[in-house]
Amino acid sequence: MSDGIEGDASVSDERERAFNERLDRSLKIEPTNWMPDAYRKTLVRQISQHAHSEIVGMLPEGNWITRAPSLQRKLILLAKVQDEAGHGLYLYSAAETLGTPRDEMVAALHAGKAKYSSIFNYPTLQWADVGAIGWLVDGAAIINQIPITRCSYGPYARAMVRICKEESFHQRQGFDIMWTLAHGTPEQHAMAQDALDRWWWPAVMMFGPPDTDSTHNEQSLRWKIKLFTNDELRQKFIDQTVPQAEQLGLVIPDPHLRWNAEKEHYEIGSIDWDEFYRVIRGDGPCNKDRLQTRIEAWEEGAWVREAAAEYARKRGAQSASP
Amino acid sequence: MIATARDPRVEYVMRLGDNALVLAQRLCAWIAHAPVMEEDVALANVSLDLFGQARLWLGYAGELEGAGRDEDHFAFHRAASGFRNVLLVERPNGDFAATTVRGYFFDLWSYLALGELARSRDERIAAIAGKTRKETAYHLRRSEDWLIRLGDGTPESHARTQHAVNDLWRYTGEPFLRDEIDAAMLDAGVGFDPATLLDPWNERVRSAFSAATLAIPSDPWMQRGGKSGLHTEQLSYLLAEMQALPRSMPEAAW
Ligand SMILES: [Fe+2]
Ligand SMILES: [Fe+2]
Repeated sequence: MSDGIEGDASVSDERERAFNERLDRSLKIEPTNWMPDAYRKTLVRQISQHAHSEIVGMLPEGNWITRAPSLQRKLILLAKVQDEAGHGLYLYSAAETLGTPRDEMVAALHAGKAKYSSIFNYPTLQWADVGAIGWLVDGAAIINQIPITRCSYGPYARAMVRICKEESFHQRQGFDIMWTLAHGTPEQHAMAQDALDRWWWPAVMMFGPPDTDSTHNEQSLRWKIKLFTNDELRQKFIDQTVPQAEQLGLVIPDPHLRWNAEKEHYEIGSIDWDEFYRVIRGDGPCNKDRLQTRIEAWEEGAWVREAAAEYARKRGAQSASP
Repeated sequence: MIATARDPRVEYVMRLGDNALVLAQRLCAWIAHAPVMEEDVALANVSLDLFGQARLWLGYAGELEGAGRDEDHFAFHRAASGFRNVLLVERPNGDFAATTVRGYFFDLWSYLALGELARSRDERIAAIAGKTRKETAYHLRRSEDWLIRLGDGTPESHARTQHAVNDLWRYTGEPFLRDEIDAAMLDAGVGFDPATLLDPWNERVRSAFSAATLAIPSDPWMQRGGKSGLHTEQLSYLLAEMQALPRSMPEAAW
C-alpha cells in the first residue's frame, strides 16, 4: 500500500514497515509519524464522529438545565454538559493533529455528511431521562472508550484518558438521580421506570451493529484503533448494567433477559436492528431537531465570530504599525 | 449574630442571592447554543459560579430567617413577587450582545459591591463576599473583554452592542438606589451605601465604552422595583420554567 504521495516504492515500503512495527510493538503513532492514508482517514472519521457526539450530546440533557429540580442537581447537570463541551473540544483538537481543521469537521456535521452517536436522536421527555442518560449512555460510553485509552494513535488515546475520568463521574451522577427517583414517591419511581423503558434499547444499540454486519471492525482491530468487537463491548455493558437495575428496583424492558450460568453472561432478547438503521438514516425522533439546533447556534453566532476576528485583525494591524 | 424574624439582613442577603440566582438561570440557557464552543464552556463557568454564589447567600438568608427555608425553597417555591433581584439581571438573554452588556453592567456593580461587603461587620457576609469577589473579577474581565471586542468589532457587532446598551441602560440605576434596608444595613455596619458605588461604576464604564467605541445613552430615566419585589414581566416566565418540576410534586425530594 502506498501513501499516494511517495513516488519511491522502496521508501514507501520502508515507512509502512516502520508503521506496522510500531503497531506490533504497541507503540503509539504520533502526528509526526508516517501513517497510511486509510489509517488517517479512518481516524479522522472516528475521532470527529466522536467529537460531534459530545457536542450534539449536549442537547438532550441541555434541555433540562433550566428545569432541574434542585440547585444541587442543576449545578451537577450544568457542569456535566460543560464537560461534554470540553470533550468535544479535546477531540476536535486530537482530530486536527491529523490535518483536518475543526471548521471543516463541523461543516461536515452541519451538512449532514458526518455522523454522531444515534443515541442523541432520542428525546428527553422528563427529568428521569437525565438520570437514565448519565447511568446508561455515559455508562455505555465508558465501556466503549476505556479501550480507546490504549488505542494506537497517541493524541486520541491521551484525550480519552482525561475524558474517561469525567465520564465515570457522569455515570455515577446519573445513577444517583435514578436511585433518588426509584426510592422516591410512586410518581418518581414511575418516572425512573419510564426512562429506563425508553433508553434501554437505544443504549444497547450504542455499541453498533452486530459483529456479523460491522464493516469497519476488522481493519480497525488490526490498526489497534478498536480493541474489542461491538458485541464484546455490548455484552460487557449488559453484564454490568443488569445488576445495577436490580439494585435500583427497576425492570429492564426485555422479557427474554436471563442469566446464563454456564456462560456467566446475561442473554438478551433480539435487538430491533431495523430501528437502529432507521435512526442512523435520519428518521429517529430528533435527528432533524438536533442538527437544526446546532446549525442555528452556528449561524446565529456568525456575527460574533466575525467581530472577534475583525477586532483581532485591527489590534494586530495596530501593534504592527510603528 | 442572632437574627429576629424582621432582621433586615434576611432581605438584604436575599437580594444578593437572588441577583446571582436569576442571572445564573439566564446564563445557563446559553449552554449548547453559544456562538463558539469555547463560549459554551465559558458561559457555563460563569453560570456555575453564580449558582454557587446564590446557594451561599440564600443558605445564609435561610439561617438568618430561621423559618426552615433552605436554598431550594427560596429558588423553587417563591412567586415572582418574593424575589428581590434587581431588574437588570432578569432581562432576557436576547442576542450575544445583550447577554454581554447585561453581564458587564452587573459584573461591574457586583465586583464593586462585593469589595464593600468583604469589609462587613457580619463575618459570614464578609467571608462570602471575599470568596465570590475573586470569581466576579474574572466574570468582569471576561464581559468587559467581549464588550470591547463586540463594540469595536464589525459594523454589525457595533450596532447590536449599542442597541443592547440603549435597551439595558435604564436598568442600571436601580442597584445604586438606597432604600430603608440599605440604610439599616449601612447603620449596622453590615452593608454599604450603594450610591457611593455610582462614581467608580460610571468611571469604568466610560473608559470601557471609549475603548469599545460605544456611546453612553443620554436617556436619564431609570427603572426600579426588583429590590422590593416589583418585577418586569419576564421574571415570571423564567420562574415558570425553573420551578415547574418541584412545584408539580411538592412532596418529592430530588
Ligand atoms: Fe463526554
Ligand atoms: Fe459524559
